[in-house]
Amino acid sequence: MSKIAVIGGGIIGVATAYELAKLGEDVILFEKNYFGSGSTFRCATGIRAQFTDEANIRLMKHSVERWEGLEEELGSDIVFRQTGYLFLATSEEEVEAFKANIRLQNKFGVPTRLIDMDEAREIVPILNTEPFLAGAWNPKDGKANPFKTLFAYLFRARELGVDARGHTEVIGFERAGDAITAVKFRSNGKVESVRVDAVLNAANAWAPLINEMAGLSRGLVPITAYKHQLVKTEPLEPGQVEPLVCPPSWNDAYIIQDGEDGGIICGAGIEHKARSLEDYEPTYDFLRGVLEYAVRIAPPLRYAHVVRQWAGFYAKTPDSNPAIGKLLENFYIAAGFSGHGFMMAPAVAQAMAELISKGRSRVPLDWEWYDPYRFERGELRSSAFQIG
Amino acid sequence: MSGKKIVCRCNDVTVEDVEALIDSGVTDIEELKRLLRIGMGPCQGRTCIPIVLSILARKTGRRQEEIPLPRARVPIRPVRVEVIVGGADE
Repeated sequence: MSKIAVIGGGIIGVATAYELAKLGEDVILFEKNYFGSGSTFRCATGIRAQFTDEANIRLMKHSVERWEGLEEELGSDIVFRQTGYLFLATSEEEVEAFKANIRLQNKFGVPTRLIDMDEAREIVPILNTEPFLAGAWNPKDGKANPFKTLFAYLFRARELGVDARGHTEVIGFERAGDAITAVKFRSNGKVESVRVDAVLNAANAWAPLINEMAGLSRGLVPITAYKHQLVKTEPLEPGQVEPLVCPPSWNDAYIIQDGEDGGIICGAGIEHKARSLEDYEPTYDFLRGVLEYAVRIAPPLRYAHVVRQWAGFYAKTPDSNPAIGKLLENFYIAAGFSGHGFMMAPAVAQAMAELISKGRSRVPLDWEWYDPYRFERGELRSSAFQIG
Repeated sequence: MSGKKIVCRCNDVTVEDVEALIDSGVTDIEELKRLLRIGMGPCQGRTCIPIVLSILARKTGRRQEEIPLPRARVPIRPVRVEVIVGGADE
């Protein structure tokens, strides 16, 4: 049994702590604020395998398979629903691009297909079909409740012995050569230290600060926080917009009905580089911009009430793919998820735990593709398709 | 419904729901908020948050003033979408 520190109490950190404990490791988990306070509790809830490159498609196919068994495994209702993702094309060129994406997804067993607007209207009764030519539809994509999912993992992790500490900030490391030997942390003003055999940096937008504490350059894994906002309406009758519906050419705007309370979550690619890592203020330009898209997608939304608006971070890397792998002899990273951490968590957590514990993993995760040193080498991957 | 004491009328949360979650170790107001959806309904917590704070204070032995309020967000009351998008043409 090794002592492993996980830094970051978001979905990636918590799920990895759980997977490590399942493998018999002795895990201590640090979250400097409340659990889920970074990106997880601000996400749009979506889960999809409709990516446009092999690495992300294969990883997400595995992740969806894990999601399918997660409620039973964790023994908790996480409101996972396979209500699909529906991408909508507004031009013939886009229809052709959709067809190419669908061929690639089908090759790896993801059952996406091209549908016409009659079928789209059956799936989304309040859809405005007029602007769209065709849809890319995968009924196996879906959504889950990020709050319940994170706590389902956290409760099970604690049952398995994980020492999960909220409001506990990591403030430094002791390093001997290429190995981290201890983690220093502060809680309630008191500084302590723990000897460790390995460390995972799962701090997402804050990950460059943790890398720096480990003696690495902040720019080695260049993650930038972009403020990504969401707006939610009052609850509507279930069944109006169950899938995530997105015309990518409309600034990646999307709508999706919350699986639990029926409110419509509205998002769009109206992003601002965050002024700081405390910059969570929602903005009026986003509210107006996103609702203009939302009513063009589903006109009856005009008569709904907006109840909430919030902001979180897309912790973005230059190619919108996360950095997953080893940085030092016993120092690992899984961060920079660029808006995809929640959906990828079951697969990434399993892969990362197996890598740390056994040195290899059964998960179809392309380590070369997500290599955290690729930025230093000037190698970028094709940009991960980035929506919800 | 007899015998149930409602804390949040927007999302039908009871005193028992709040106490059970605190007993399971969730004592952070932001975490309670998200797991119970208190403060996330149309009234934005005007009814439930003060009650939950008092339960939390009682159960954890803290003074209510020591417990930070959850972050308040716009809109403070529901606004019809057409009021906002209609403004785009002005």
